Amino acid sequence: MNKHMQTSSIERSTVGKGIAHDSAKKHVAGQAIYIDDMAELPGTLHAALVVSTIAHGIIKSIDAADALAMQGVHLFLTAKDIPGHNDIAPIMSGEPLFADKKIEHLGQPIGVIAADNIELAVKAAHAVKVEYEVLEPVLDVETAHERKEYVLPPQELIQGDVDAALKDAAHVFEGRLEIGGQDHFYLETQIAYTVPGEDDDMLVYSSTQHPTEVQHHVAHVLGNLANSVDVKVRRMGGGFGGKESQATIIASAAALVSHKTRKPVKLRLKRALDMTATGKRHDMVSKWRVGVDANGKILGMYVEYLARAGYSADLTGPVITRAITHTDNAYFVPNARIVGHACKTNTVSNTAFRGFGGPQGVITSEAIIDQIARELNLAPNDVRAINYYAPDNGEVTPYGQQVEQNQLVPVTEALLASADWDRRRTEIDRHNATNPVIRKGLAMMPVKFGISFNLPSLNQAGALVHVYQDGSVHLNHGGTEMGQGLFMKVAQVVAEVFQIDVDRVKITETQTGKVPNTSATAASTGSDLNGMAAFNAASAIKSRMLGVAAKHFQTDETDVTFKDNQVHAKGQSIPFSELAKLSWAHRVSLSEAGYYATPKIHWDAKTLKGRPFFYFTYGAAVAEVAIDTMTGESRCLRADILQDCGESLNPAIDLGQIEGAFVQGMGWLTCEELWWDKAGRLRTIGPSTYKIPGSRDVPPEFNVSLLNNASNIEETIFRSKAVGEPPLMLAISVYLALKDAIGSNKDRNFDLKTPATPENILSSLSGSANR
Amino acid sequence: MAKVSLTVNGKNVEKDVEDRTLLVQFLREDVNLTGAHIGCDTSQCGACVVHVDGKAVKSCTMLAAQASGCEVTTIEGLSGGGDLHPVQAAFREHHGLQCGFCTPGMIMAATDIIKRHGTKLDEATVRAELEGNICRCTGYHNIVKAILDAASKMDGAAKVAAE
Ligand code: FES
Ligand code: FES
Repeated sequence: MNKHMQTSSIERSTVGKGIAHDSAKKHVAGQAIYIDDMAELPGTLHAALVVSTIAHGIIKSIDAADALAMQGVHLFLTAKDIPGHNDIAPIMSGEPLFADKKIEHLGQPIGVIAADNIELAVKAAHAVKVEYEVLEPVLDVETAHERKEYVLPPQELIQGDVDAALKDAAHVFEGRLEIGGQDHFYLETQIAYTVPGEDDDMLVYSSTQHPTEVQHHVAHVLGNLANSVDVKVRRMGGGFGGKESQATIIASAAALVSHKTRKPVKLRLKRALDMTATGKRHDMVSKWRVGVDANGKILGMYVEYLARAGYSADLTGPVITRAITHTDNAYFVPNARIVGHACKTNTVSNTAFRGFGGPQGVITSEAIIDQIARELNLAPNDVRAINYYAPDNGEVTPYGQQVEQNQLVPVTEALLASADWDRRRTEIDRHNATNPVIRKGLAMMPVKFGISFNLPSLNQAGALVHVYQDGSVHLNHGGTEMGQGLFMKVAQVVAEVFQIDVDRVKITETQTGKVPNTSATAASTGSDLNGMAAFNAASAIKSRMLGVAAKHFQTDETDVTFKDNQVHAKGQSIPFSELAKLSWAHRVSLSEAGYYATPKIHWDAKTLKGRPFFYFTYGAAVAEVAIDTMTGESRCLRADILQDCGESLNPAIDLGQIEGAFVQGMGWLTCEELWWDKAGRLRTIGPSTYKIPGSRDVPPEFNVSLLNNASNIEETIFRSKAVGEPPLMLAISVYLALKDAIGSNKDRNFDLKTPATPENILSSLSGSANR
Repeated sequence: MAKVSLTVNGKNVEKDVEDRTLLVQFLREDVNLTGAHIGCDTSQCGACVVHVDGKAVKSCTMLAAQASGCEVTTIEGLSGGGDLHPVQAAFREHHGLQCGFCTPGMIMAATDIIKRHGTKLDEATVRAELEGNICRCTGYHNIVKAILDAASKMDGAAKVAAE
């Protein structure tokens, strides 16, 4: 069972309370409206994508005659029907909505077909005949790397002199790790509903983490200005990064049909197509050479990443940057050369996924530590301890940022104690000495994670707050709700400012017409950015209301306090609602657009140096596993987690994020296997072949706590810290525990690919170097 | 076309639908009850679970025509017009949801599990029987807690009612 700790050291009325998700009551009652649940307007058409059935080639002809002859099928549109630009690249350019000539991956959209209902549209899509000239596909990163096929130039971070460090090292170890990708498997598949308006206006309901990007791309595709498109999103049925750039494809295709037909259009991907046609977490191969002294202290390392970008850049550039800037994880690396290659393959273009390259960096770092320990026959935690960032070791990262508010030692020490490490280590070693078939493993690992988008310009946000004359509050901001509890956290912030009950704050759908030019809700920054923007908006209104209150009470503003839905001064009080009405009567504005830009950050994208992160979060996990050495099956038996959330805005929501992220990370590392055949067809396109963790796959004993007294030293919203992504990487403890279990059979280092499926565990067990 | 006549949340519904109409489509499109969600199209995720004659059924595995003559209860009808059913209340109280997409199916499956096991329901059984319901957000921990808590409260309520 969980041990849930309260963390708040300052008593607040709303912030810091474990209030339920904003839509909890609607969710349990089946009343929360997702896009597919919206009442359809009369005349609504249903669209389906026509996608390529080969991985690489040239389109010779497209024949939609049979499809269009079906009763109830209305029109078929391809690249040549796009009135604006056939380009939906999120950062670069040259990423078409519809393939024009060249096919670069299987499942690439070629066109969109519209019919009376979704089943008919899907059937019609299959009836469109496309002839291709087939070309040989490149399907793996090593081949792409050999042929120097990249979607972007390499990124390289250099710190100190690695060659010299490796020359002087007592030991140099080489390694290689195959890191699997991951499908997001949000339960709600990609969907958009578009409604054409007057002039050329387009209202777009999109299940997206990035309404602004959808707005810009829809406008771009239609050849219109951004001000003609309004994008709304009330909630998503999960996002995890998969609806950051990918939602644009769906929304733009639907909008194109609406544009041509002047009818409302719904486009929902069925699961198999969603998994085929939208990007995933980048699988990568990492290779390293690390030099250490006799005690295992790192002197220098050379690390190279081969990332599967897929056919286009999408977000691969910043994903690689984050992998590079997390290759240190918790460890001081005085000399480093870290290189990332964005390998071009004829597979779907990979994209954002919770952690955004960080997980690939951190697992590489931890695999290196694990290898050093195995080769030198040291306890892995001792190797960790001597390499931790510390004042007497070094506290500057390879990219030049000072590690501040370093919690590595307190977090790991508290966790090792609460997880009863010493006793369990002894017990497990004893168990393994006498049980040849079922082996157990135990591992601890820390995570230091940098918070902020690497690109400074993305670190800004807006919010819109109105107070009405009855004292009720309207809240809008650029963040989107995908289940992570952002809307409630920001509402808590606003309620705290006004000292009113949180249910007086109306949470409203994200809308580009209300708050413009927003960043994606991503990089764990949702509550940091939007919470601060809403705080600024609410505080500005409050300060104007204070002036009105001071006049009313005939006193100084400093005497006036807001508390319990009331405003108090000189022993008198009036309800907040009355002050709102008074403010209106005094012609004082009760509306404000708040804005926030993260301070202190800067970044040189050429040298990969600077201060990309406003602050770091720290966490650690201990995992215990058992493996069956005959079948390769494994189980995680227990997990203990301690995570630094600063002063949590909402501990219940944060604990839920940690638990969910950890289990999602376990899925990435143990059971979620993406498998392409030789023709480049992904064969794992549904829950029958792609296994995400189920209720029985999670650790039955799962102890999650938040670090106490961990107020953020940076001025974040109420001194909280971000939580969305960091705990996903704590699942690397499960991978390391599996290595520990396998290693009880081995006397030196060995490889274990991820995901550590039974096959991969068996192959590690049977590999060379058995004891 | 097939004539389908059934009760949904206590109300009679009669419609002519295409033979191949799935129960989940029928509920969502013809009866406008959108609480049952479509998460996978292949009968594995459990987001579409409803009760048919009191038993939990994935409504994407059943034709509307097959449900003709049956009593169907959806998440919208679970509380029987009251505020929240104890299982719904427990999911809310224990934070057994994040994005909420799996929640209606989870709750309908959970009510059936509790009904079948009554007082004997333990954590291992909940985890085993929930295997047909996928949640991508929560890691299941709070879902399991909510179900066990609801089971114990419902058992308590049943005892009080029996006395
Ligand atoms: S939609 Fe019915 S089980 Fe997934
Ligand atoms: S709460 Fe999102 S899938 Fe369960």
